[in-house]
Amino acid sequence: MKSNAVALLAGLLFALGLGLSGMTQPDKVMNFLDFTGKWDASLMFVMVGAIGVNALAYHLIAKKRATPLLGDRWHLPTRTQLDRPLLFGAAIFGVGWGLGGFCPGPGLVSLASGTLPAVVFVGAMLVGMVVHARLHKPTGATDEP
Amino acid sequence: MHNFTPLSALLGGLLIGLATSLMLLFAGKIAGISGIVGGFLRPAREDSTWRGAFLGGLLLGGVALRLACPTAFGSTAAPLTAVAIAGLLVGYGTRLGNGCTSGHGICGNSRPSLRSIVATVTFMATGALTVFVVRRLFGGAS
Repeated sequence: MKSNAVALLAGLLFALGLGLSGMTQPDKVMNFLDFTGKWDASLMFVMVGAIGVNALAYHLIAKKRATPLLGDRWHLPTRTQLDRPLLFGAAIFGVGWGLGGFCPGPGLVSLASGTLPAVVFVGAMLVGMVVHARLHKPTGATDEP
Repeated sequence: MHNFTPLSALLGGLLIGLATSLMLLFAGKIAGISGIVGGFLRPAREDSTWRGAFLGGLLLGGVALRLACPTAFGSTAAPLTAVAIAGLLVGYGTRLGNGCTSGHGICGNSRPSLRSIVATVTFMATGALTVFVVRRLFGGAS
């Protein structure tokens, strides 16, 4: 119960952060990826802020504890191998990101705008995920990423 | 530089980092959006409640943004067909590569995980290449 409240709060803060940062503006995202044109470096600062806070939480607190505050074990990825699915998957994702200007979080948050691109993007994204689930049987390694 | 907004981007990033830290410290989990959605889509999982709660918060945050700051939502120059193809690629690619801008880009890079660093460099590179092809070679609207 408590952990669900934390998840709800985290989702809420995540959405507000995406909106404040400019990640829910597809054209701005494309300008960020446009290194050879009118490059807008703003979104670099989103990564700086988010990675900064998360790295502190991980290295100063999480690493020193045997368990999380509300759970009995850590659910962190353990795989270290650089394999083809990782490379192909990231490459395919990047093409989609550059094409539409949406990544998964901002797409979902943008549903509230009620605009057609956001709805079409999320619908297609869910189809893409279901297609992946059908083509690839679960391997048991479910921890992300 | 075009519409450079480093301060709001940094503040937004701090909020996102706070959100991923909450999930990490309290639940011991990675707040990767594509992983959370992907897991939620598989019905036979016992852990779908927290996924639903997180996604509910995310959607609720979208509604709050619309009420408090509707200009947070921007337009896309891409035609709807391109947006649909983009969605398919993002959905399939993030599941195949086990993560997106949040799971790899934020959570993975801050540990840091080599897989996440390689994934981030890869999707930034193909994303930039795609924007280059669309804008420079096809002269798409920018």
